[in-house]
Amino acid sequence: MLKKLILAAPLAAMLAVPSVEAAEKIKVGIVLTLTTPASIMGKQMKAAYEVAYDHLGGKMGGKELELIFEDDGLKPNIGKQKTEKLVKKDKVDFLTGYIWSHVLGASAPVALKAGKIFVSANAGHSLYAGKKCHKNFFNAAWENSQNSMAMGTMLNQRGVKNLYILSLNYAAGKQMVAGVERTFKGNVVGKDLVPTSHKDWSAEIAKVKAAKPDGVFVFYPGSWGLAFFTQYKQAGLDKTTPLYSVFSVDGANLPVYQKRKMKHMIGTFNTMFWAPDLDNAVNKRFVADFAKKYKGQIPSHYAAQAYDSLMLIAAGVKAAGGDAKNTDAVRKGMEEADFGSVRGKIKFGKNHFPIQNFYARQVINKNGQWQLSVRQTVVEDHAPVMSNECKL
Amino acid sequence: MNYTLLAEQFFNGFQLGIILFLVAAGLTLIFGIMDLVNLAHGTLYMFGAFFASTLVAVTDSLVLGMILALPVMLAAGLLLEFSILRTLYERNHLDQVLATFGLILFFNELFLIVWGPEGTGINLPPYLTGTITLPGGITVPEYRMVIIASGLLVALLLYVLVSKTRVGMLIRAGASNREMVGALGINIKLLFTLVFGLGAVLAGFAGMIITPITQADSGMGESILILAFVVIVIGGIGSIKGAFIAAILTGLIDTMGRSFIDVALLQIMDTVAAETAGPAISSMMIYILMAIILAIKPSGLFPPKGA
Amino acid sequence: MNLEILKTPRGIYNSLLILLCIFMPWIAPAIGQDFFTDVFGRIMIVAIAAISLNLIMGFGGMISFGHAVFVGIGGYAVGIFASHGIESAYIQWPVGLLMSGLFALIIGAISLRTRGVYFIMITLAFAQMIYFLSVSIEKYGSDDGLTIDARSDFGIPFYDLNDALTMYFTVFVLMVACLLITRKMVNSRFGRVIRAAKSNDERMHTIGYPTYGYKLTAFVIAGMMCGLSGLLSANFEDFVSPDMMFWTFSGELIFIVVLGGMGTIMGPLGGAIIFLLLSEVLSNITNSWHLIFGPFLILVVLFARGGVEGFLAKFEKSPEAKS
Repeated sequence: MLKKLILAAPLAAMLAVPSVEAAEKIKVGIVLTLTTPASIMGKQMKAAYEVAYDHLGGKMGGKELELIFEDDGLKPNIGKQKTEKLVKKDKVDFLTGYIWSHVLGASAPVALKAGKIFVSANAGHSLYAGKKCHKNFFNAAWENSQNSMAMGTMLNQRGVKNLYILSLNYAAGKQMVAGVERTFKGNVVGKDLVPTSHKDWSAEIAKVKAAKPDGVFVFYPGSWGLAFFTQYKQAGLDKTTPLYSVFSVDGANLPVYQKRKMKHMIGTFNTMFWAPDLDNAVNKRFVADFAKKYKGQIPSHYAAQAYDSLMLIAAGVKAAGGDAKNTDAVRKGMEEADFGSVRGKIKFGKNHFPIQNFYARQVINKNGQWQLSVRQTVVEDHAPVMSNECKL
Repeated sequence: MNYTLLAEQFFNGFQLGIILFLVAAGLTLIFGIMDLVNLAHGTLYMFGAFFASTLVAVTDSLVLGMILALPVMLAAGLLLEFSILRTLYERNHLDQVLATFGLILFFNELFLIVWGPEGTGINLPPYLTGTITLPGGITVPEYRMVIIASGLLVALLLYVLVSKTRVGMLIRAGASNREMVGALGINIKLLFTLVFGLGAVLAGFAGMIITPITQADSGMGESILILAFVVIVIGGIGSIKGAFIAAILTGLIDTMGRSFIDVALLQIMDTVAAETAGPAISSMMIYILMAIILAIKPSGLFPPKGA
Repeated sequence: MNLEILKTPRGIYNSLLILLCIFMPWIAPAIGQDFFTDVFGRIMIVAIAAISLNLIMGFGGMISFGHAVFVGIGGYAVGIFASHGIESAYIQWPVGLLMSGLFALIIGAISLRTRGVYFIMITLAFAQMIYFLSVSIEKYGSDDGLTIDARSDFGIPFYDLNDALTMYFTVFVLMVACLLITRKMVNSRFGRVIRAAKSNDERMHTIGYPTYGYKLTAFVIAGMMCGLSGLLSANFEDFVSPDMMFWTFSGELIFIVVLGGMGTIMGPLGGAIIFLLLSEVLSNITNSWHLIFGPFLILVVLFARGGVEGFLAKFEKSPEAKS
């Protein structure tokens, strides 16, 4: 069948005379979650892609650029179906977006089999950083456990001896726990992974109180964070035990924390590869233009990753002289990653995951707007631990 | 064994049980009396959470906002009953499941559009944010005490209503023998509307009082709905007493499982295996409980007479 | 089957459904919508699950609200073996079918002791239990699921599921087989007992039929058929995840059966085609498509009793003919 398709392709191209102009365009298919409560991240990412589009002047390698957005509804089978549609119907040249590992796990093979270049703008599926790495697979964000490994290091630096770990009982949640346990040198005095259906931590919070740790490591993204941090304060733990979170306090949900007046979040620490006040010209322009585009908000790291994803693709197309079909040249250009990243500099390992710094960030209240501010660099040039398993 | 922790977890389990009871009580009455499988009962819970959040924000008063929210929930519930659910009474269970599944999809989407993906929430006033220390060093958040107290009060009122009043007598009669109530010349339509309204307010009340703790987001009704189904099936459909006992039992077992199962498993297996099995088993415990009870008593613990 | 059926609206509609499935691999490219072949492959796989649900729900009155769990069990049989490098279909498929049958036996044996609403709820509870279990098992991907690198290998020359057309028609043939099995079963003595038990279980008991055993057998057969849908889904999507057994999918299966026409042989296929095409079309129009879909569901329940098949049957002069 595949052979037939390859043979049929030139034939179809000849027959399809009116689409000459369309073929000149460079099409990028973007799969995000734009429905369900999880759309809080997806909508920021969509806006960031649009900012990147504006910064590129709507062009890539001198050709007109078209972005096609699709919604995965937070379901792997829908994500896959949309990816098939983008590949087969819209005939996109690149695929990017993909917030969730399960959606990526279902969708990436479709794109890779069709010979497309795939850029994950969030999902840090660890298999793709190691055993399953692929020449056409790029990740412009991170591998799942990297950030929590940085957090473990930061906890050592801050002298935390006894740590309580709280996370969600699903794949990413477990990878976060594995990451922090890999680098944290003190004692783990307790650990609870709650099912995703839970929104009441009464039992776990009582255990935390009984264990009396010097710090609590938390992975509760999205609406779990909102509920958990509220209960943390109600139990009086905010006064005794500092919170250290990963992927739970970010630019997408800080405005919500502020709206709900959760003042105890100010001063808490988390780690990330990027912050809105990271000092470089590209970042300043991005943060300013994002606020103009999206409700005056300060972008989150999700938005930053989305911006870099499109810029990464643009760098590849530019290196190939605007010929997006020349996958080898595009890939080579992307590997060199010679573009203005919001991270300042960006470089990729042979598994096509970024090798990057991680920073300690603190929540501050600046000019009446809560935001994340860089405190120090925790680790430099960090690569995913499974990079050696990649046989590229 | 840490007895303070044990006592605190007992308290937490009881509080979860109270919330489950408030949702399950309405569900079991609506099932028992109208023979209506209402999947959208979780939606009524969500109504309570969102309406109260908005009213508390508007009035800037927790008490006032919550009191004002009650009639709004009642109105919303009755509107739903008048417009759609009423036509479902004489339909079979399958039609009811499907139509109310449609209601869930609709309202989840609607609330997502109106309140945004981040949902909404209620901030507690300073006088409720502290903790209380009980004898024995047991500390509990003040607001959780409020939940227990108000939940028990509502349960008591419900008990009085059902067992001491004429309406309650009809409700009890309806739950065990529907035809008989009709034969007595009672306006059955009115009774049904009344029961549905009561159920809507109970579920809404539960959603409202839990919101300061869990916050409100679209889709919050479904996880509680499934738990509430487990509760009424264990308790016996149509039985308020059964719902109460099953709710407290479920709340306690769930909380105790989350608290102690990992420690217990460490006694019999290595750390890695226990860490995998612990959360898995604790999230399945109540379903296992339900399977065991139904395998022994297929109509639940307290099946109403005649059912 | 003879040409007589083409004289009734239902006959024409049913024939159209089958023809659409057969010729979609050529229709889709012709109208410039290649990916519709994939959509139809997926539809037929869902249809198999719906056919199996219809067998117990439509004919036997057993409303299972956890039917999707068997799709998951079948799917994971392929996924788990594939992750250990065992790709032989002769291991994956029998084990997948046996496991779905075994789970159906356990779930059915307990659930069938109850009836009515209790049955709906207990099947839901079992499905939730297995869903949470699959999310907890990190070795097999947890909620990230398992990407399947190689499809089931039948070791037959020129028969390779990796070929899109071969995969498509494997699904088609197996779906038709399930339709035929259903028809055969429903019209057998066994089927008559099941159908009679639906309308009056107690009377069947009194006249000496052990309906529990009959119902349990039907439940196990349906579980295995649904497991087949999972085996196919894993191969078709190259992916399995706990998401495929979430309770909302069980709800969708019920809707598909009702929409198509419960208790009719071809209903589930028609239901699957309409449901999946409609959700595809609506989701392309607006992100908030549930706002339209929810009320549509309610309207179908309130006004379209008997589903599409029931609607078409109204145009037939003679009372319901066997299809």
